[in-house]
Amino acid sequence: MKKFAPSPHGLRKVHPPSRRRVLLNVAAASVATLAAPYVLAKQAAQVVVVGGGFAGATAARTLARDGDGDIAVTLIEPQTQYTACPLSNAVVAGMRDLKAQQFGYDALDKDRIKRVSARATGVDPTARRVTLEDGTQIDYDRLILAPGVDLRFDGLRGYDQKAAETMPHAWKAGAQTLLLRRQLEDMKDGGLVIISVPANPYRCPPGPYERASLIAHYLKTKKPRSKLMILDGKDTFSKQKLFEAAWKELYPGLIEWVPLSSGGQVVEVDAATKTLVTDFGKHRAAVASVIPPQRAGEISAIAGVADKTGWCPVDPVTFESRLQPNIHVIGDAIIAGGMPKSAFAGNSQAKVCAGAVAQILRGETPTAQKLINTCYSVVAPVYGISIASVFEPRDGLLTEVAGGVSPMDKPASFRAEEARQAEAWFETITRAVYG
Amino acid sequence: MTYRAFKPASLLVLVALTVSPASAGTPPVGAASCSGCHRPDGSGTVPDLGNLTTDEIVAAVAAYRKGERPATVMDRLAKGFTDEEIRAIAAWLTQGPSAKP
Repeated sequence: MKKFAPSPHGLRKVHPPSRRRVLLNVAAASVATLAAPYVLAKQAAQVVVVGGGFAGATAARTLARDGDGDIAVTLIEPQTQYTACPLSNAVVAGMRDLKAQQFGYDALDKDRIKRVSARATGVDPTARRVTLEDGTQIDYDRLILAPGVDLRFDGLRGYDQKAAETMPHAWKAGAQTLLLRRQLEDMKDGGLVIISVPANPYRCPPGPYERASLIAHYLKTKKPRSKLMILDGKDTFSKQKLFEAAWKELYPGLIEWVPLSSGGQVVEVDAATKTLVTDFGKHRAAVASVIPPQRAGEISAIAGVADKTGWCPVDPVTFESRLQPNIHVIGDAIIAGGMPKSAFAGNSQAKVCAGAVAQILRGETPTAQKLINTCYSVVAPVYGISIASVFEPRDGLLTEVAGGVSPMDKPASFRAEEARQAEAWFETITRAVYG
Repeated sequence: MTYRAFKPASLLVLVALTVSPASAGTPPVGAASCSGCHRPDGSGTVPDLGNLTTDEIVAAVAAYRKGERPATVMDRLAKGFTDEEIRAIAAWLTQGPSAKP
């Protein structure tokens, strides 16, 4: 039998009492000295995962499958359905149904993952215990947090949750995605669409420019007198040359990008008039999508794994928090070098983290891994571009060792192939994680 | 007699297999990321690596790295791995479904 490294903590259990505690009590009461070690050896190590997005669901499934019954996995996720962000800009532009973005958790249940549909509201790193909103407590040997991002409604003057109902961020797919789509459909031809982009770091670095591209496609085909402006909190962006070349070719004169140095940073918004204020002036939009600054999901601050920046520093081999032992953090919430906040990165990190956690629980030394990130951006229905990179732990950070963006000056067939791959990747990853 | 002499040895093999699946299940460096795109049930656009031999995968990645094989992303990714890493990944990917996540 495989044995896990003895963990004195592992003897305490979930409240209300779990099967494990009952077993232990029986073992203790029986004074059967031969039976007790057998019961202990059969203890499944308890891994609790918080967050059922690409990273969290992947970690839970990898551990449940590879742990071979020796690792008991609990997934805490309040939603019963996940709405995926990749390709959701195509939903905004009316090219895709929101239903194609939505996935249930049935397959995870079949993997013997104990799923808890509740919000985690507390973490006690010393007691190794998670508290749910109803007061239930769950003990863990290892905790994996995959909380994604929180939108900072205190990060941009005038932009709170109510303002988001008028100027949708659509940066968490779902109702916001459909709201932005409806606003574009309702807009009169000749209107100005504005997208406000925050400074780094934020979820999905090329996402705002993909959104601009696909909205431009919609405007070009449905409302050709309209214009689109990007007000940006930075001077350079992901896949910039590729995007700019594509805009020139596909949407000439339609998209205006205003970088930080030209007064692009939005410092205040007025939802009532859909006005965006920069240091240089005011812009009034017919439709405005305001992507606010972000930070790691709230539970990371509660658990004490987020630092002053609002993000979570982690070890690049195990993804264990730099701030709290026995807690690992993966996905968009981490800051650990050059790896971007993407679904692909979250999925890669989850597999590596799950492997490391299994190794730690078996008393082995975790193996340093290399991780890949591949991100496609769809600029038009048959025009895709990508960034593909390999990362490895160096000097305590995930450092890019190879990779880059799609080559410039490629024929339309190459862009069409990458657009097909974007969709193929989405099908593959969602089938792997939720299917 | 021959049979009896053989039996303990095969038992040892069994024991070894039972004790060490942990290390067998830990993918070689970089291998976990491949399934981000390549899946047995994936779309035809991205090939299923399970249909290839170890040598075919090694040769394909070497050609990607040298720019001798048309690519979209694999030419960029291939440069991030050593020959030894590619061979280990290829061997792991082709060793059968039970060993893969």
